[in-house]
Amino acid sequence: MELLAFGDTGWGDELFRATLMTIAVSITAMIIGFSFAAIFTPLKLSKLKSLNLIANTYTTIIRGVPELLVIYLFFFGGSGAIMFVASMFGYNEYIEINAFITGSFAIGIISGAYSTEVFRGAIQSIDKGQFEAAKVLGFSKFKQFYKIILPQMLRLAIPNLSNVWQITLKDTSLISVTGLVEIMRQSYIAAGSTRDPLFFYSFAAVLYLLLTFLSMKLINKLEVKYSRGY
Amino acid sequence: MDFELMINSFPKLLNAAVITLKLLSVSLIVGLFIGFLFAILRLNKNIFINRFAYGYSYVFRGTPLLVQIFIIYFGLGQIEYLRSTFLWVILKEPYWCAIIAFALNTGAYTSEILRSAFQTIKPGIIEAGQSLGISSKIIFYKIQIPIAIRQSLPAYGNEIILMMKGTSLASTVTLMDLTGVAKYIISTTFKPIEVFIVAGGIYLFMTFIIHNVIKFLEKKYSFN
Repeated sequence: MELLAFGDTGWGDELFRATLMTIAVSITAMIIGFSFAAIFTPLKLSKLKSLNLIANTYTTIIRGVPELLVIYLFFFGGSGAIMFVASMFGYNEYIEINAFITGSFAIGIISGAYSTEVFRGAIQSIDKGQFEAAKVLGFSKFKQFYKIILPQMLRLAIPNLSNVWQITLKDTSLISVTGLVEIMRQSYIAAGSTRDPLFFYSFAAVLYLLLTFLSMKLINKLEVKYSRGY
Repeated sequence: MDFELMINSFPKLLNAAVITLKLLSVSLIVGLFIGFLFAILRLNKNIFINRFAYGYSYVFRGTPLLVQIFIIYFGLGQIEYLRSTFLWVILKEPYWCAIIAFALNTGAYTSEILRSAFQTIKPGIIEAGQSLGISSKIIFYKIQIPIAIRQSLPAYGNEIILMMKGTSLASTVTLMDLTGVAKYIISTTFKPIEVFIVAGGIYLFMTFIIHNVIKFLEKKYSFN
């Protein structure tokens, strides 16, 4: 137990900070994923075949290629790509992006593909009459979506989004290969310096279980909130 | 775009894909056994057995696969007692550690898939069997299991693809699978995009094959 003490003697405070880092990366990745979903869901639902193709390519590639490979692409290719863009604007210095941004972007793009599928499914299962009624009542396009479709979509999407959240949370462990100090990386460091990998990796597993357990509790509450009236 | 690198790295990556497929197939076979066992335990009425099986699937589904591999590969070697038993022959090999982790992980997901398949079998089908005087053992083997397998095919197909992506983690314990070799080439040539296209293409091709095989099986064993 003294291994987990806070302060200089133990790894408690380091692991606590690492847990916060995992939560921060997961939430950032989830938000990046939502913005990707916001772009690609309309493309998926569009009547234009070419737009469908773009969105389908995105979701197919992400769902067929291992997360780790995507992370390596961002880790090794990220700063190169940014520097290439910068050089077009005449900036030729070396640019290094930090591990947090690279990691959240990589995981965000992965989580975005799953979110896209969830939102597509949710919108498609809303009754057609709802769209028609909104139109007939003379709502503006923005209000149709914001006041009528979105609330219904959220109710249908939340159970599946909680799966996406779980996947995203677990995927953040892979960012440890880029050196970002989250739970997995911190356990690796602690295991290396104390020569007690069994204890630290098991503790990491407990931390992840705790995170998944607590987030499930929270999401269940949201689910109740959004299914009022059903 | 460095096409020469893409062409040169293709055979190397293809060779590595064989290791990926080996890891995948062995862990799927072992995982299927584990999944079946735990699905049946989950249906048991004894609350302790039931809880035990639930706990197994909860822990393995609630933690990242990377943690599971690290516990088995780095963690178990630390126990002095294990080092003196025959198990050490297996546990000192990263290949077998990876397979144990993958099999336990996919076993947990498979048990959930099969459990829900067993539970969605209509009671009328089992009652029909009983009223025809078929013994409960035969009802289980000849009626429940085939229906459950058919029911779980689509979900299991997804699980195979997820597991194929999961085998990429073997590269973190020094195994040179498709992702491991891809990372090696990237870190020596610093051409991530080219290597990603080739390696990703191979992964997508494998996904495509698995997807279609499952679709074919679904059609072949459909009820109508």
